[in-house]
Amino acid sequence: MEGFLYTALFAPLVGSLIAALFGNSPKKLFVGLITSGLLATAMIASLILLMHVFSTEHTIHVTMMDWIVIGNVNIPFGFVVDQVSVVMMVVVTIVSTMVHIHSIGYMDHDKGFNRFFSYLSAFVFSMMILVMSDNFAGLFIGWEGVGLCSWLLIGFWYHKEDKEVVDDMYNSPYSTLSPHSSISPGYAANEAFIMNRVADLGMLVGIFLIFWNIGSLQYDVVFAEIGNLGHGLIVAIAIFLFIGAMGKSAQFPFNAWLANAMEGPTPVSALIHAATMVTAGVYLVIRANEIFVVVPEVGYFIASLGAFVAIGAATMALVATNMKKIIAYSTLSQLGYMFVAAGLGAYWVALFHLATHAFFKSVLFLGAGNVMHAMNDEINIKKMGGLKKYMPHTALIMTVASVALAGIYPLAGFFSKDLILEVAFGSHAYILWLVLWITAGLTAFYSFRLVMYVFHGKENWSHDKEDDNYQHPHETYPFVIAAMAPLAILAVSAGWMEHSFVEMVTKVLPVLDIHVSTGTFWALVAVTSAIALSGIAFAVYKFNKDGQYYGEKMKDTFVYRLLANQYYIPYLMERVIIKPYLEMSKVSWKEVDLKIIDTFVDSVAKTIYNMGQGSRAMQTGNLSKALKWMTLGVVILLLAAAAAGNLK
Amino acid sequence: MILNDYLILSTIIFVIGLIGVLRRKNLIMLFFATEIMLNAVNIALAAISKFHGDLTGQMFAFFIIAIAASEVAIGLGLLILWFKRRNSIDLDTLQSMEG
Repeated sequence: MEGFLYTALFAPLVGSLIAALFGNSPKKLFVGLITSGLLATAMIASLILLMHVFSTEHTIHVTMMDWIVIGNVNIPFGFVVDQVSVVMMVVVTIVSTMVHIHSIGYMDHDKGFNRFFSYLSAFVFSMMILVMSDNFAGLFIGWEGVGLCSWLLIGFWYHKEDKEVVDDMYNSPYSTLSPHSSISPGYAANEAFIMNRVADLGMLVGIFLIFWNIGSLQYDVVFAEIGNLGHGLIVAIAIFLFIGAMGKSAQFPFNAWLANAMEGPTPVSALIHAATMVTAGVYLVIRANEIFVVVPEVGYFIASLGAFVAIGAATMALVATNMKKIIAYSTLSQLGYMFVAAGLGAYWVALFHLATHAFFKSVLFLGAGNVMHAMNDEINIKKMGGLKKYMPHTALIMTVASVALAGIYPLAGFFSKDLILEVAFGSHAYILWLVLWITAGLTAFYSFRLVMYVFHGKENWSHDKEDDNYQHPHETYPFVIAAMAPLAILAVSAGWMEHSFVEMVTKVLPVLDIHVSTGTFWALVAVTSAIALSGIAFAVYKFNKDGQYYGEKMKDTFVYRLLANQYYIPYLMERVIIKPYLEMSKVSWKEVDLKIIDTFVDSVAKTIYNMGQGSRAMQTGNLSKALKWMTLGVVILLLAAAAAGNLK
Repeated sequence: MILNDYLILSTIIFVIGLIGVLRRKNLIMLFFATEIMLNAVNIALAAISKFHGDLTGQMFAFFIIAIAASEVAIGLGLLILWFKRRNSIDLDTLQSMEG
């Protein structure tokens, strides 16, 4: 079984290195095929491990080699395949294999084809390290690795020019109505990277606290001893670890980067910014559940923040016309759901929603990629319309994924999302339940608003080649659809495996301790399904009636502008953080660095240089002069020795 | 005669040798000057040895004489070679590098 573990872990790395060899060469199809093939190998190995863990209840724990061994510090490169990590491994490898295959089609005409696959596989490798590590240090390595790959991939089209920040909300990169997702890919990449580093500092502090107080970073040791620490200390550790999770999972106030990360190629958004990397924060909370279980007050904060983000992101998605941003906000909103579940102690529910969400959200993004590819990179849903006729398969898959996202029985989203609502209700967190219940309705509405705008209604583009809006939509390659099909099938069916899933993961995760009576349970199911269905019904009805959702009058209201401008968070960030920080940096550069530090360092160098310049004169190469200098030296030494002798 | 007299004599001879080393430009003269300095040391060693009744100093003086002799032999050989090449044994002509 260890062989399968190493295969699952290292196959993506091998693929990445092979692709990197051709990084600067023109497109080579076999690079895509090899990396996809290796990813498929890793996927099969992960599935075998899943079957093994499921059937034998036997976890695999290997120590590949020693890493840091100093004194009492011993941090090995160890990997563990248990019921939790194997679920993550399977989700990550399935989604990334399909995304790799999809990318062969999507990146078809891109100059950086080989480079793209190198980054994508490197990301999967980092993600595998993150989920499989048996200690916090390894987790952190993977954590930074995925951050790096995310940076590389968001900024993949780094050569694009910066867009100007204008007040017009239909053109400003800070608005969700504009065709620009961010100022530029390079800007978005840096924003994501820097924001994550800020949060990672919190996580590092948490890891240091663990190490100082327990003396080990191995999960089993830490979790066995965490109860012996003082309550305040555990609260601090939990908070600091959660700050790291907030950064990676884009929870408020670190949420801005996720929507801007949509500047990257769409398969990247599907894999990294929807299905896998952003769920790493949720995974951390699930993995460290034994720390969070001890401090329910931190858990309650996590749940409240999750609910806040869930509804905040869902409302922003209501008015957006940037297709990728709608899906990005829906991701953010669903991450909020996961944190609610994790915060309320329902860790396996969070993991379950993580898995189902990965399937339907990745396929939704891949569908968006198909649409954008067909529409010549058009991103405004209002300039699409009627595409069902031209891209029937994509339309079908995206509709199915949207139904799954909305949480309609019997698709995957129903099972996981309904459970979260049940958990919130059963934990007597009625406000959280209400917030999530409303969010469920909003989710259904905005998902179908997108579907209606893109695939139905009249064509808001032109068949005329002379026209500015000329488009020639076409269905993508069959193999791309074939790559999306498994994900779509899982988006439909993943929920049916709930029973076996619960049976497996509760071996390591706490069992759900929620008791709602049968009557209440069915009532909850009914109201949740009702609001989701009415969200969909309203979206469809309104679109068929008016062809649009918000009248001109509504667009002038403050609320509309607030939502379109992402609650003015980008402006706030710019004015409160970026600009003062820039000013501060300028002062410390021009005043402190140039005037104080540089002057000091330069004067040391200048003194030594001048001394050399002065004493150069004695080096004439003439031996008799050298003899004189030597004599002088001896005399000085003698005098010094005599003086020292006298002093004694 | 007390020890101090010998040491003063030795110092005077040493200083004469030192001045020779510093002032002279002719390499043969420089050799002479170093021999004078070595012998100044020999006088001091022999005198101290005599006054302290310890033969080690005189033995040391013998060593120095032997070493001085071999040094002169090698040094003169090199000097002849140098003279054949440059036709001069002036110390200033030994300069081939500029500082």
